[in-house]
Amino acid sequence: MINYILRRLLYVLPVLLGVNILTFVLFFVVNSPDDMARMQLGDKHVSQAAVNNWKQQRGYDLPLIWNQQQNGMLAIQKTIFFEKSVGLFFLDLGLSDNGRDIVADISQRMWPSLAIAIPSLIFGVLANITFALLLIFYRGSYLEFGGLFVCITLMSISGLFYIIAGQFLIGKLLALTPISGYAPGLEAFKFIILPVVIGVISGLGSGARWYRTLFLEEAAKDYVRTAKAKGLSELQVLFKHVLKNAMVPILTGIVVILPLLFMGSLITESFFGIPGLGSYTIDAISSQDFAIVRSMVFLGSFLYIIGLLLTDISYTLVDPRVRLN
Amino acid sequence: MRFSLLWTDYLVFALVIGVSLLIWRASKKQHMVRPWKKVSDSTVGVVSLTVLLSFVFIGVLDSTRIKYKPNLSNGEGGARTETLSVLDIVLTPIRTQVETTYSMPFAHTGYAKELLKDEQGVTQWVYPRLKYAGAHLASAVNEKPQDIITKAVEGVFLGFMCWLALVVLVLFFSKARSHKARSKAQKNMAYTLLIIFSLAGMVASLGPYYHVLGTDKVGEDVLYQAIKSIRTGLVIGTLTTLVMLPIAIALGLMAGFFRGWVDDVIQYLYTTLSSIPGVLLIAAAILMAQVYMANNPDLFTTVDDRGDMRLLLLCMILGLTSWTGLCRLLRAETLKIREMDYVMAARALGVGRMQILKRHVLPNVMHLVMITVVLDFSGLVLAEAVLSYINIGVDPSTYSWGNMINTSRLEMAREPIVWWPLAAAFIFMFALVLAANLFADVVRDAFDPRENN
Amino acid sequence: MKGLLKIAISLWLSTLAACSDVALNNPYVQNEDQGKVIYSSFSERPKHLDPAKAYSSNEYGIIAQVYESLFQYQYLKKPYQLEPLLASSMPTVNYFDAQGVQLGGSPAASDTAYSEYVLTIKDNIQFQPHPSFNLSLHKHLPDDWGGDSLYSLPQSSRVLTVDDFIYQIKRLADPQTQSPIVGLMSNYIVGFKEFSQTQAALIASKPQLDKVQRLQSVPMSGVKKINSTQFSIRIKGKYPQFINWLAMPFFSPMPWEADAFYNHPDLLSKNITLDWFPVGTGPYFLAENNPNRRMVLSKNPNFHVEYYPTEATEQLAKKGLLRDAGKRLPLSDKVIFSLEKESIPYWNKFLQGYYDASGISSDSFDQAVSFSPSGEVGLTDSMLERGIGLQTAVTTSSFYLGFNMLDKVVGGYSNKNKKLRHAISIAVDYEEYISIFQNGRGVAAQGIIPPEIFGHVEGEQGVNPVVYRWQNGPQRRSIDEAKKHLVDAGYTNGIDPATGESLVLYFDTMDSGPDSKARLNWLRKQLDKLNIDLVVRATDYNRFQQKMRSGNAQLYMWGWNADYPDPENFMFLLYGKNAKALHGGENASNYKNPRFDALFERMSSMENTPERQKIINKMVAITREDAPWLWGFHPKAFSLYHAWYTNANPNLMANNSTKYINIDPTLRRAYQSKWNKPVYWPLLLMAFVLLLLLLPAYRIYRRIENAKAL
Repeated sequence: MINYILRRLLYVLPVLLGVNILTFVLFFVVNSPDDMARMQLGDKHVSQAAVNNWKQQRGYDLPLIWNQQQNGMLAIQKTIFFEKSVGLFFLDLGLSDNGRDIVADISQRMWPSLAIAIPSLIFGVLANITFALLLIFYRGSYLEFGGLFVCITLMSISGLFYIIAGQFLIGKLLALTPISGYAPGLEAFKFIILPVVIGVISGLGSGARWYRTLFLEEAAKDYVRTAKAKGLSELQVLFKHVLKNAMVPILTGIVVILPLLFMGSLITESFFGIPGLGSYTIDAISSQDFAIVRSMVFLGSFLYIIGLLLTDISYTLVDPRVRLN
Repeated sequence: MRFSLLWTDYLVFALVIGVSLLIWRASKKQHMVRPWKKVSDSTVGVVSLTVLLSFVFIGVLDSTRIKYKPNLSNGEGGARTETLSVLDIVLTPIRTQVETTYSMPFAHTGYAKELLKDEQGVTQWVYPRLKYAGAHLASAVNEKPQDIITKAVEGVFLGFMCWLALVVLVLFFSKARSHKARSKAQKNMAYTLLIIFSLAGMVASLGPYYHVLGTDKVGEDVLYQAIKSIRTGLVIGTLTTLVMLPIAIALGLMAGFFRGWVDDVIQYLYTTLSSIPGVLLIAAAILMAQVYMANNPDLFTTVDDRGDMRLLLLCMILGLTSWTGLCRLLRAETLKIREMDYVMAARALGVGRMQILKRHVLPNVMHLVMITVVLDFSGLVLAEAVLSYINIGVDPSTYSWGNMINTSRLEMAREPIVWWPLAAAFIFMFALVLAANLFADVVRDAFDPRENN
Repeated sequence: MKGLLKIAISLWLSTLAACSDVALNNPYVQNEDQGKVIYSSFSERPKHLDPAKAYSSNEYGIIAQVYESLFQYQYLKKPYQLEPLLASSMPTVNYFDAQGVQLGGSPAASDTAYSEYVLTIKDNIQFQPHPSFNLSLHKHLPDDWGGDSLYSLPQSSRVLTVDDFIYQIKRLADPQTQSPIVGLMSNYIVGFKEFSQTQAALIASKPQLDKVQRLQSVPMSGVKKINSTQFSIRIKGKYPQFINWLAMPFFSPMPWEADAFYNHPDLLSKNITLDWFPVGTGPYFLAENNPNRRMVLSKNPNFHVEYYPTEATEQLAKKGLLRDAGKRLPLSDKVIFSLEKESIPYWNKFLQGYYDASGISSDSFDQAVSFSPSGEVGLTDSMLERGIGLQTAVTTSSFYLGFNMLDKVVGGYSNKNKKLRHAISIAVDYEEYISIFQNGRGVAAQGIIPPEIFGHVEGEQGVNPVVYRWQNGPQRRSIDEAKKHLVDAGYTNGIDPATGESLVLYFDTMDSGPDSKARLNWLRKQLDKLNIDLVVRATDYNRFQQKMRSGNAQLYMWGWNADYPDPENFMFLLYGKNAKALHGGENASNYKNPRFDALFERMSSMENTPERQKIINKMVAITREDAPWLWGFHPKAFSLYHAWYTNANPNLMANNSTKYINIDPTLRRAYQSKWNKPVYWPLLLMAFVLLLLLLPAYRIYRRIENAKAL
C-alpha cells in the first residue's frame, strides 16, 4: 500500500513536468516577454527602454528555452523556462508579474473559494441523493415521469441562465440577498447563500440522474429482491440496502473532486464578485500574468492527480476486495 | 452567382453525407438495426429526433452559401459581391428589416422615448413608430391585435397546407399507402412535423410585418439572430465530436489492447492533458488563432472568414481537450474485451492484431461511442455559451446563443427590462438541448447492453 | 432537498431577526457605516499606488486622496485653474538664456534656454501617522506583530520638508522605479537624464547600496534646495505646461523613510510595499488594502488646515455647492472602495442605495434619463422619486477614428489621398454613433481640441468645413458630396480600379466586449454608404498595440484623455516627431506635416494669449484639411448622485475631489431601508407548492406500501 502510494506520487513528477512544458509553450507561442512588459506598463508613454528594464528586473530578458551564449548545463539553466520552473517543484511560486507574492495571494483567496465550494458540494450531493431516492421510490408512477422530466429540463438550461435569473429574482426583485460581494467570517453567510442555492439547483438535473442510475443498478441485484421477499418495506430496502451499497461509487466520485474544490468556480466567482481562486486565474489570463497562470495550472494539475490517488485509496478502504498493486 | 463555402460548411456537408452513408450501411445489418428499432418505438425518441432533424435542416440551409452581385440602388450592376446563405435568402424580409434600436416583440413603436418633431414642427418626447414593424397599419393600437391573430391563423393554415402537401407526396411515393402499414414512428413524426410546420408558417406569415421576438440594440431582428445561431450550436456540437472521435477511439483501443509501454504513454498523455484546466487551453488556442490571423491578414479578408476560422479552431481545441474521457472509457472496455473467449480464440487462430481490433473489439465498443457522442452534444452547445461569456468563445461577430446571452446580461439590468433577446436565446437553446438530451436518453436505453435485460 | 432548503431558510431568517432594521441584501459588513462613509468601487485592482508609477484614472482615484501635490485645480472654477496646495504660493518663474543670464519679463521661446521654477512650500505640514517614521522599525519589526495590518505597528509622523519633493523627483528618474514619464521628463528637467544614467551605473557597480542611500548620494543638477521651505527646478527651454505636471501626483512629496521601511523582506513577502500602502500628507490614508475585496481610506488625523472654497458662480451656488463653504476639509470620515467587476451588480446596488454615485451606462440610460420637449436633459420620474441628482459635463477627452498616414491607400498627402479621407469623414455619421451608442451623450468633434480647453472655438467659426456646413448649427454634408470626393479620389462608386471590385479597407480593433458587434456592424454600414468594404480585424490588446507600433494598421479607433487642460496635450498627438511607428510616440496616425510641426513648436511654449489662439486656429485648419483622423466625438459624462451625497461637482481635472464630498448617513439609512424591503411571499408560496406536491406523493406512498403487504 505504502509502496503503491509512493510510486504513484513519483508518477506525479513527469505529469507535472509535462503540464509545465505545455503551459510554457502555449503561453509563449502567443505572448512574447515584450508583450507582457507592455501589458504591465500601461498605455501612455511606454518606451522600449522601459520595456527592457521591466524584463531585466523580472528575469524575462533571458532566452526562452535554450541559451546559446552559455555552455553545457548553463545553456539550459540560464533560460526563462528553467529559472521560472524550478521553483514550482519546491512550491515556491515567487512573485507575480505585477510584483505580488503569489503564495500569499493564494492562501488568502483560497477561503472564499472553499466557502462556496464546500457547501455547494455537501448540499448538492444531499439534494441529488434525496431526489434520486425519491425517483427510485416512485418508480413507474407519474411522479417518476414528472421528476425525470424536471431533471432533463434542469439539465437543458445553460448555467448562465440560473445565475442571471437568480441574481435578478432573489437579489433584485425580492431583495433577499446581496446581489454580489463577499465578506470574511460569519458575514460571508449572506453572500454565499445565493451562489450555493444556484449551484445546487443547476447541478440537480444531471446529478440526480447519475445517482438514479447507480441506485437502479443496485436495486436490480438479487439481494434486494431477497430483502423485499423477506417483507421489508420499500423504504427500508432503499435506505438499508440500496443506499448503503451504493455508497462506494458515491464516495469515490466525491473524493476525486475534493482537491479541485480549492480551485474555485470560474463563472460563479466572477458573477458574484467573490475574491476566490477561480477569478484569480481568469484575471491572470486576461492580464497575461504568466507567473500566476503557471502557478495556478501547476497547482490545479497537482490537485487533480492527488484526487485520482485519493480515489484509488478510498476504493481499498471501502471495499476490501480491491487491492492496489 | 456561385457557391462560396467556408471551411466549416465543407465539414458540415462532409458530416451530413458521412452520417447518411453510415445509416445506409447500418440499415443492412440486423444487429445495428435492432437498437434503432427500439428508438423508433419510443414516442419521445421520434419526437426529439424530428425536432433535431429540423434544426439540422436549418443548419444545412445556413451552410449553403451563395456569392452573388446585387444591383445597386441606382440600377447599375454593382461591383460588390455579397455572400448569403440559403437561409438568409429564405429569411429575407426578416433579415433586412432593421429598425434603429430596441423594440418589443410585436411592437409597432420603439422601446424608449425619443425627441421627435411632428407635422407642426413641435418637438415631443414620445415613442417613435418603427420603420417596418406594424407599418402597414394606419392606427396600430386598435388594429394590431386583430391583425396579429388573422396573420397567425393564416400562417397556421399555410403551415398545415404545406404539411398536407408533404404528407400526400410522401404517401404517394412510398409503399405504405394503407393505414395499417403506417408505423407508430411515422405517425409520431408526422404529428411533430405538423406542429413545426404550423410554427414555421406562423413565423413566415407574421415575420414580414412584425418583429416576432423584437429587435436588439441596433434594431436587428432577434428571431433572425436566434435562427442564425442554430448553425453555430450544431457545428460546435458535432464538429467537436468529429475531431475527438478518431483520437479517442484510436488511443483508447490501443492502450487497452496493446498494454505495456503503449498503455503507459497514452495514460500519461491523457492524465497530463486532463489535469490542465480546459479554459486555459481554450484561451491559449483562441489567442493563437488571433496571432495567426494578425500575421496572415490576406487569408482572412471577410468577417465571415475570420469568424469561421475561429469557430473551427474552437471546435478543434474543444475536441482536443475532451477526448480523454471517452478514451479512458474505451481503454477500460477494451481491457475487458481482450480477455473474452472469442478474442482469445481469434488470437489462437493467428488472426492479425489489426484484424482483431477491427473485427472484434471495435464493434463491441461502438455503443459506448454512440452514447458519448449523443450525450456530449448537448454539453458542448451549453459550453459555447459559457466560453462566449469569458470572451474565449466564438468570434463576437458570429451569431451564437452565447453571444446573445453575453449581450443580454447588460440588457437585463435595464429598466424597463429588455428580456426578449435572452428569452429568444433561452427558447431556442432549450429546445435544441432538450431534444438532444431526450434523444440521448432514448439512445442510451436502446444501446446500453445493461439495459437490455 | 426540501428539508434542507427549509432549514437553510429558517436559519437565515433567524440570523436576520437579530438585526431586523438592517436590509437583508446589504452588501457591507454591519456596524461599519457609522459616521460619514462614502461607498465607491473599483473594477480591477489598481496596478500601482506609487505616485511615481501610477498613471491611470482608477489609480488616481485612490492615490490623489493620499498624496498631495504642490498645486491643485480649483474645485468650483472653470476654465480649469491651478491654486497652491502644498505650495504656499504660485511659483515664480525665472528665464535664462544660453549664457545663463536672467531674462526679464516673458521672453520669447527662442531666446529662452532655461526656465527656473522657484517653489515655496507651506510650513508645518505633517505626514500621516505611519510606521515608517518610526526609524527603529526599519531594522527590526516587533516579533509579536502578526503581519495582518500595517497600522497595528507603532506609528509616528514628521513635518514635510522640501527634501521630500526632491527625493520624489529622484525616484522618478531612478531606473528601478520604471516611471512612465521618465522619457518625457528627461527632455525637460535639467540633469534628469544624467541622474538616471548615474543611478543605472550605481546599481550595476554597487549592488549592496540600498535604494535610499543610492538616490541621496548623487544630486540632480536641475533640482536645488534653497532653504528649508524653498527649492527650485530648472527645465530646458520654455514649457509653461510644466506647472500642470507639478500638479499631478508624480510630483507629490515622498519621505525617504517610506522607501527604507518597505525595503524590509518580511513586509515584501506579505505584499506590503510602497506600491500598495502609500504614505502621504493628504486628507485620507489608505487604512486597508485588500485588492481582492476592498480598499478603505480613513481620515488622516494629521491633515493640514484646508477649507471648502467659498466662491463659486451663481449657478453652482444655486445647486447648493456652497452649502459647506468655509468648513474644514475633509468633510467625510471614510471611503470604502469595494471590488465590483460587473456593471450590472454595480447599477443594481446603486439603485438599492449601496453605492453613492454612479455613471450611466448606455443600457441604464433610458431608465435614468429623459428629455424634456425642448430637448433638455432631465431625470426620469422614478429617479426623481428616489431623490437622485444628475450632473453632466463634456469630458476633456477625444474618441477618434484614425487613418494610418503611412498606409498606401488611406494615408498620404496628395489631393487624391485627402479626398478619400474626406469622403470617409463625411460618410461616417458620428451624430448617429453618439445617438445609438452614447444615448446622445457626446458632442461630435469639429477638430482635435475638446470644449473647455483653451483653443476650442464654438459656433460657426469652429465648424469643420470639410465635413459640415453651417445651417443654424452644423449640418453634416450629404453622402452625395462624399461620393463626389470619392470620384476625385479615383474610386468611382467605391470601386477600386486596381481590382475592379469594391475598395477594401481594414479596420483594426481590440474591441471585443458584448457591445462590440453592434459597433463594428455600425461602422461597416457607414462605409457601405460609399460602397467601400470594411473588413474588421478584431484582435487582442497586444496584437493591436504591436500593429500600431509597427504602423501596419489602416483604420483604428482610439481615445485620449487629457493629462492637463492645455491644447498642447492634444496637439502633440499629431506632432510629427511623436509618430508612433517611427519614434514610438503617441502620434498613432504617424501624421507629419512640416507646417503643422513648426506651428506646434511655437504654440507649445506660449501662454494662453490671442496670438496663441490664432496659431491654434491655423493648426486646426491644417489638420482638418489633411484629415488624419475622423475627429470622432467628445463624450459627455453623466453622473447620478443619491440625495445624501452632496457637493459633487464634475471637475475632470481635480482628481482629489473626495475631500469635498459630504454625506448624510441618517438620510442614507432611511432610504436604504425603504428601498430594500425583503419580499417573503414567494418563499412561502414555494413552500406551499412543495407541500401540495406531498399530497400525491403520500397517496402513492400508501399505495406502494399497501401493495407490498398483499
